[in-house]
Amino acid sequence: MSTAAVTDRRPSTLRGARLPKWSPWAIAAGSVLVAVAIGLAAGLTSRIQWGLIAAILFVVGTYVIAGRVEGRRQAKDRIATSLVWVAFLIALVPLISLIWTTLARGVHDFNLYFLTHSMGFVADSDTGGGIYHAIIGSLEQVGLATVIGAPVGVLTAIYLVEYGRGRLARAVTFFVDVMTGIPSIVAGLFILSLMLMADMQPFGFAGSLALAILMMPVVVRSTEEMLKLVPNELREASLALGVPKWRTILKVVVPTSIGGIVTGVMLAVARIAGETAPILLLVWGNAFINNNPFSGAQQALPLYIYQQYANSSGSPAAYDRAWAASLTLIAFVMILNLAARGIARWKAPKTGR
Amino acid sequence: MNLQRKNRMRVLSLGAVAFSGVLALTACGSDDTGAGAGTGGKASASAPAKGSIKCDGAKGQILSDGSSAQKNAIDAWVKNFSQACGVQINYKAGGSGAGVTAFTQGQIPWAGSDSPLKPEEVEASKKVCNGGQGIDLPMVGGPIAIGYNVAGVDNLVLDAPTLAKIFDGKITNWNDPAIKALNKDAKLPDLKIQAFHRSDDSGTTDNFTKYLIATTPKNWNYSGGKTWQAKGGQSAAQSSGVAQQVKQTNGAIGYFELSYVGDGVKAVSIDTGAAQPVAPSTDSATKAIADATVAGTGSDLALKLNYNTKADGAYPITLVTYEITCDKGNKADTLPAVKAFLTYMASEDGQKILGGIDYAPMPADIISKVRSTIQTIS
Amino acid sequence: MDISTQTTEAPPPTPPPSATERKRDARGATRAGDRVFLGLSRGSGILLLVIMAAIAVFLTYRASLAISADHGNFLTTFEWNTNLNPPVFGIAVLAFGTVVSSIIAMALAVPVAVAIALFLTHYAPRRLSGPISYVIDLLAAVPSIVYGLWGALILVPHMTGLYSWLNEYLGWTGIFSWDGGAPRAMLTVGLLLAIMILPIITNVSREVFRQVPRMHEEAALALGATRWEVVRISVLPFGRSGVISASMLGLGRALGETMAVATVLSPTFDIQASLLNPGGGTFAQNIASKFGEATEQGRDALIASGLVLFVITLLVNGAARAIIARRKEYSGANA
Repeated sequence: MSTAAVTDRRPSTLRGARLPKWSPWAIAAGSVLVAVAIGLAAGLTSRIQWGLIAAILFVVGTYVIAGRVEGRRQAKDRIATSLVWVAFLIALVPLISLIWTTLARGVHDFNLYFLTHSMGFVADSDTGGGIYHAIIGSLEQVGLATVIGAPVGVLTAIYLVEYGRGRLARAVTFFVDVMTGIPSIVAGLFILSLMLMADMQPFGFAGSLALAILMMPVVVRSTEEMLKLVPNELREASLALGVPKWRTILKVVVPTSIGGIVTGVMLAVARIAGETAPILLLVWGNAFINNNPFSGAQQALPLYIYQQYANSSGSPAAYDRAWAASLTLIAFVMILNLAARGIARWKAPKTGR
Repeated sequence: MNLQRKNRMRVLSLGAVAFSGVLALTACGSDDTGAGAGTGGKASASAPAKGSIKCDGAKGQILSDGSSAQKNAIDAWVKNFSQACGVQINYKAGGSGAGVTAFTQGQIPWAGSDSPLKPEEVEASKKVCNGGQGIDLPMVGGPIAIGYNVAGVDNLVLDAPTLAKIFDGKITNWNDPAIKALNKDAKLPDLKIQAFHRSDDSGTTDNFTKYLIATTPKNWNYSGGKTWQAKGGQSAAQSSGVAQQVKQTNGAIGYFELSYVGDGVKAVSIDTGAAQPVAPSTDSATKAIADATVAGTGSDLALKLNYNTKADGAYPITLVTYEITCDKGNKADTLPAVKAFLTYMASEDGQKILGGIDYAPMPADIISKVRSTIQTIS
Repeated sequence: MDISTQTTEAPPPTPPPSATERKRDARGATRAGDRVFLGLSRGSGILLLVIMAAIAVFLTYRASLAISADHGNFLTTFEWNTNLNPPVFGIAVLAFGTVVSSIIAMALAVPVAVAIALFLTHYAPRRLSGPISYVIDLLAAVPSIVYGLWGALILVPHMTGLYSWLNEYLGWTGIFSWDGGAPRAMLTVGLLLAIMILPIITNVSREVFRQVPRMHEEAALALGATRWEVVRISVLPFGRSGVISASMLGLGRALGETMAVATVLSPTFDIQASLLNPGGGTFAQNIASKFGEATEQGRDALIASGLVLFVITLLVNGAARAIIARRKEYSGANA
């Protein structure tokens, strides 16, 4: 009897008073109710305002109640927790709206015909037509850009992290930073000037070159971060066994960070797959199918979306096509992402964590 | 080691699958959008029989760029012409400036522009036109409508000075006495005027401000050009952007091609001094263009529009889009296709399509000059 | 740390002792593979420098042509008219708009992104954090043109309420006064940019927070720290340089964002004190919207403005590097 009393009391004296586990939910429900009441009473029409009031009430309520019951340190902890939750929920609103809108409006036109036909003779304000030509163009341009940009980027990062010292490395690091800030349209202008000097017509590969320029610094930066996170102990262990440095890098350092590297490359691919400006200048756009990236104008998905939005006199048919093309572009990126995650998980070394 | 080799094999095969997937993809698409497509559009309604288009050995692929104002007209023409002759014509409506620049750099065989070539551009074109120079062929006309969105106000009438003051920010409310004086019967609300202009450089801006400068220089004290010069007001990219904003904003006014009028956007009638205020339409625009004189020399057919026209039923704010190509020295591989396409545009069938899609056909005597000029292109 | 011949930070804080350098070279010379690999990776770095140099030379050359032809003051003129002869253009408005929209975007996005990253690594239930991380990954990859389409067709119509609310309660500040035009001003641009860069910053910050040594956290916990104190004491200091570099990545995208800004902004060559009235433009947006109709001269002028954007990013990055270097003692995976 007395032992039970002791075990009952002991935790409370050590930890202090605690709010019950369900209290955050109760406070959340309470603040939503009060917010709805205030909203109704004050005649606020916007649901967003209701949500904001609820969020503020929740944070303040949590702080006050926790401060009363648990003391200041715990209250601070609670408020941090609730702020983090609130930030997360608020940020979800636009992001979910984006995905939802693209899905809801995109499915209208999204079908096999849309995917397997070009715009052909369809005027922008007419219904019909498809994005096959844009898909082919995007795949080829982005693929070629990745073939050029990713190896250069990863190798540069390896140079910076594993060999980098002295003035060259400092210069490379600095200019990679600067390069990250190149607006895509400037990269496009650069290639365009080269093309004009060589008297060339627009073609897909020119776009790839501009995209590769945009891709390199992104790959370098992310790969650099990932390589830096590889513990030095691993390198030292490998070198101590007499393994040459290049094999250490290829067999120990890169595999350890391959997940992060692949994710970085995928992010870079995603960034360039959505670039509109260089395509506009260099690849021209084309309503017809052109399978050859080295000759003749091509289309690409982002440019297609922009053209459907901007050139189409705002006709609903064109907006539908723009949303459906957006859906395709996002799906493309999602598949890339899934593949990257698969590779990352499959190649990742088994760590203790 | 064995495991690693297996992994490498797996990566390789994955790459091979992806690569062959792309290859396989390139074989399964189709450009044939003919049958099911275009049923809802205005363009297909007035499509002529294929027989009236003369292909004359035209073939291959033509790139072109230029005015976005004539985009819908080109779309309609390309549809008919391409189906008849099998020529792929790729018109990117990147803007008149982009079109002229691409033309003078030799990237494209013809361009569309809302303003005729400037002397220095003609000079530049001589490098591209072997032994010839660039010429302007007026092909597509169109009224620039002043669209507005004011709840409860229909049939708004304005004149040039009032328009200038509104777009210059001098008149800021819809119940301004100057507007009331022109619209005695209308119930004008106490509402702030939201004037929208083009944020990009544009031939539409150029022609609209040319009209203001020609008719009311005192109230529009700017030098004109493709760039909007007045301060203040709001802006949007492209005509479709301006039209979209006007549609969404109560109290808005903006300028764009006639095809954007409707669906909540009404057009202002212009008090030109004629007996009745003139509403924008393809007919009234053609009437105003007929008042123009040819200012170009030789085979160049650049027009000088008469913005001060007081002719009955002539709508003065018009825009003429020129097709620009070389009079001599066109590239041999593109010449037949370009010539055939221009011939089709200027033909009776070609011009007839325009009226159905809110463009103004060229007046008879101008288009006959255009036709005879096209025959001489080499 | 000192026994290794390579540092994991670039650039290294101090030059390495020459003895180790010589030792490494001697060993490298005996191994052809090492030399080839070093050559390849160094070559890639040099290739990057060559590309940068080519772009810089080209930009500067074209910009100098434009600026020498400019009849206005390139830095202070509130106009962009390259069709005049001589042309008159200036970047004052563009610089203002670019800076203001990026500041709004960063102010909104960074705290929220850090909070979400913390949420995913330290607060969310495991079952929730996996899928959400994936969604954020995906959103970081959503192309800007899609954000632009969404911004123009969905976000802008929904901003009217916020604009009138801000005008009603905060209009007296001048910064939030609104004259009732379409809500396509700097605040909308900043908000859209914030939404765009949020996933990017979250993504990188999350990766960094995940790398916090478990020991640090457990040590703090063992001392009786609350979860917030663990975050404050061990997670944030460790992740600071990572968060800064993540923010810079986001800032880079915000500064140079073209299509999304072009679709939602109503640009005018005018500076407004209010964030809600249409005024200003950004460098990238101006290039995109003016490029179509630009003549040779106009293109050069736009390139000149691109060069300024370039210089701004350079300054921003320099500042970020300085911050990271100063904070270095607190970070580092091998600390």
